[in-house]
Amino acid sequence: MASPSDARSDSVGLQRFGLGFALGQSAELRAAVRERLLAEIDRRVLPQPAGVPFSGAAEIGAALYAFEDREKLEREARRAAETKVAAAPPVPAPPAPATSQNQVAQPKPANEKPANEPALPYRTYRDEVLARTRLALEAETGFGERLVQFWSNHFCIGATKSNMTRIMAGAYEREAIRPHVFGRFEEMLVAAESHPAMLEFLDNRLSIGPSSPAGKRRGRGLNENLAREILELHTLGVSGGYAQVDVTNLARIITGWTVVGREAVLGFPGSFAFNAGLHEPGAPAMLGKHYGQPGKAQGLAAFSDLANHPATADFIALKLVRHFVADDPPPALVRDLSTVFRRTEGDLAAVSRALVESDAAWTAEPTKIRSPQEFLIAAFRALGRKPDFGQIIGPLNAMGQPFWQPSGPNGYPDGNDAWGSPEGIKTRIDVAAGWGRQAAGNVPDPRALAEEILGPLMSAQTRQAVARAESKPQALALLLMSPEFQRR
Amino acid sequence: MLDDDDCERMTPSRRAVLGAAGALFAWSFVPKFAYAAAGSRDPRFLLVVLRGALDGLSAVPPIGDPDYAALRDDIALTRDGPDAALPLDGFFYLHPAMPNLARLYASGQASVVHAAATGYRERSHFDGQDVLESGQAGPGKTESGWLNRLIASLPAGEGISQRGVLGVGVVPPLVVRGEAPILGWAPPRMARAGSDLIQRLEDLYGQRDPGLARALAQAKLTEEIAQRRGMSGEAKGGGGPDSADGMKRIAEGAAALVGADDGPRIAALAFEGWDTHANEGGAKGRLAQLLGGLDGALASFEQGLKPVWKDTVVMVVTEFGRTARVNGTVGTDHGTGTVAFLVGGAVKGGRMIVDWPGLKPEQLYEKRDLKPTTDIRAVAKGVVSELFGLSGPVLAERVFPGSGAIGPMAGLVG
Repeated sequence: MASPSDARSDSVGLQRFGLGFALGQSAELRAAVRERLLAEIDRRVLPQPAGVPFSGAAEIGAALYAFEDREKLEREARRAAETKVAAAPPVPAPPAPATSQNQVAQPKPANEKPANEPALPYRTYRDEVLARTRLALEAETGFGERLVQFWSNHFCIGATKSNMTRIMAGAYEREAIRPHVFGRFEEMLVAAESHPAMLEFLDNRLSIGPSSPAGKRRGRGLNENLAREILELHTLGVSGGYAQVDVTNLARIITGWTVVGREAVLGFPGSFAFNAGLHEPGAPAMLGKHYGQPGKAQGLAAFSDLANHPATADFIALKLVRHFVADDPPPALVRDLSTVFRRTEGDLAAVSRALVESDAAWTAEPTKIRSPQEFLIAAFRALGRKPDFGQIIGPLNAMGQPFWQPSGPNGYPDGNDAWGSPEGIKTRIDVAAGWGRQAAGNVPDPRALAEEILGPLMSAQTRQAVARAESKPQALALLLMSPEFQRR
Repeated sequence: MLDDDDCERMTPSRRAVLGAAGALFAWSFVPKFAYAAAGSRDPRFLLVVLRGALDGLSAVPPIGDPDYAALRDDIALTRDGPDAALPLDGFFYLHPAMPNLARLYASGQASVVHAAATGYRERSHFDGQDVLESGQAGPGKTESGWLNRLIASLPAGEGISQRGVLGVGVVPPLVVRGEAPILGWAPPRMARAGSDLIQRLEDLYGQRDPGLARALAQAKLTEEIAQRRGMSGEAKGGGGPDSADGMKRIAEGAAALVGADDGPRIAALAFEGWDTHANEGGAKGRLAQLLGGLDGALASFEQGLKPVWKDTVVMVVTEFGRTARVNGTVGTDHGTGTVAFLVGGAVKGGRMIVDWPGLKPEQLYEKRDLKPTTDIRAVAKGVVSELFGLSGPVLAERVFPGSGAIGPMAGLVG
């Protein structure tokens, strides 16, 4: 049998690396947590969310373009109808859209949606959120899901930028992030930077080499948004030793990395394509090295060097330790992870294993406040709830961390100064009070639930507070807002 | 153990933190007359941070500069025509989406600072915002923000420092973070929890978790002020801080709290979405919508702070500007010099504050950006020294460390 201190550190580990104890899980889960996490790494493959409306970006593209074309027709039809009403003398009829005869009176989309359903991009976003939340609720420890959240935030896109990022946000995580969580960093990097959602989010699909055929013809040029964020946020980090010229030249190198349009010239609409007609000729230098490879290989070579740059190893190690262990990460642990990253050329399974095997990662006190997403998933696991979309997105909006909607490409913050603010804590209490009311009917005894969920983490004070609550809803809110549940 | 002293990074010791929390509560029960400021002015200062880098050359276009129109190409604004820019001084104009600001400028209640920047010369949003908000000379020092240190530098017994600094949003902006008490508020989105639950959590945190105890104490204080101001705690949906209605609600809430007799005198809030790399638009379009939102927020400040407007300065800043030349995708990339706005009844307004560097290639910073000729810190130091009576050395050492060579700009506040 494990000694009491082992039982406690196992329970801390479940919250630190995973998503917390779920109602109905066997108490045996608390034993040998480290071995469970390592076994999860060894399996290497994470499950994919089920029940999503589109298999991937290529399938989404056609649907999105069709949706946008339809919207445009409807808008034009509406405008035409308004003009007709407004102008008393008869006006020449607008050219009738090819599709139907009744759409002026009652615009009706070709592919049906019930009256109160949101439009296709938001509907798809909703289904993706539900599917990925369900996976997190059902996971055993949730370590893999936590890593998905981490990497999804590292390579974040923003769903609010456009219809395309909204509709593809879930597919992006499924296609660019999830398959590579225990794979190689370089593969994840290439998958992320070549995904249509990223090329749209950071404008690279619009970037044109000024001396490329298209650039000369149209007088358009570079957009350096994606190139800068690759260097600053995705690989080297802001102090990783690059300059403005490296940003501009990386932007040149990745001209032509774009998204197939509705005409489907280079592939399936909405999928990634390298368009040689947009690519800047020449061999631009990044970090002192010239890249003269032809076409797409130029970008791949640059990404390979960035993925294997020592500054990237340091940056990723720092972010991982800061996320999982402490806002002030133990420097020795960061060094260890960086060393493993370099030695294995960015094998993320090896890096994850080094994190889990490190004693420093287990013995650190649980100081980090769970992010709103972690809090929500952990709470629903503890309460055994199966939330609908509104029950997920409402609280996450209020607490400031809805899925895939950070305010900038640096992603959501990852520290107590952000999530433990006065207004943040106050909002969490409001949220927890609501959850307590909603779940009270299904919880026979909040005291027993608290013992089950917190196990050896529970303090005498929290036990007493839960036991003395004036009602079941209040007892549940106290459990969810207890320091033991909030910090990991 | 959870009640270890090191639960929160910024916590010096449990005793000190509990002391601070207790003091906060004590202050909220001090009768109002104890707050009366020493001088005749009871100043209000609101800092608005525009995240994403505002294009100063579109917000306040130098239409009088012969090089402007060519650089700006498709997004250039004009002095006449259907969407004409609004005249300021005959050389500089204001974006047509900002009629309220134009009115305030014309009536001497707003000034525009142009070709301004912090000391930061790289082009990372996040480092740029850190420098802007930390008040440090360079990036990497993000333990506290300059408004927090400003509050901490005021005399301890004085009302302004006791009432803390308000940071709007569930995540407080860096500029307000630090040792001095922070108040938080955000437009409510959830039904509020009952006071009995709050009371029980205060007890639990008091015994177990000083960091959470402090956060809750400060949240409660703001809530009390909000209730006394009759602010609705009713949850509403609506847009975020990158939409016009979101900006309006944030501005109204901040104005109600800062305008309260017993409310904070200093606040910071952030509006988002200014990173216009593609399809920025000219007189209409994406940036125009955002500028319209900012203009509406300025009107909300004026309205909500009416009784104290004569003592108010709203300062609008952004981390840096954007490229002088329009980029390949009818937008602008990260640049350097940009604009800042000073708005309020206390502003000595109706003035362009600018040492114009010109827009010829050799006049641009690195041949690409508007060259900064005014340091934002000189402007901020000028405003807060006149509003709050802080001395030069305190400003140069504590509030804006290492800024001794950058003197406070005089005559900004009337």
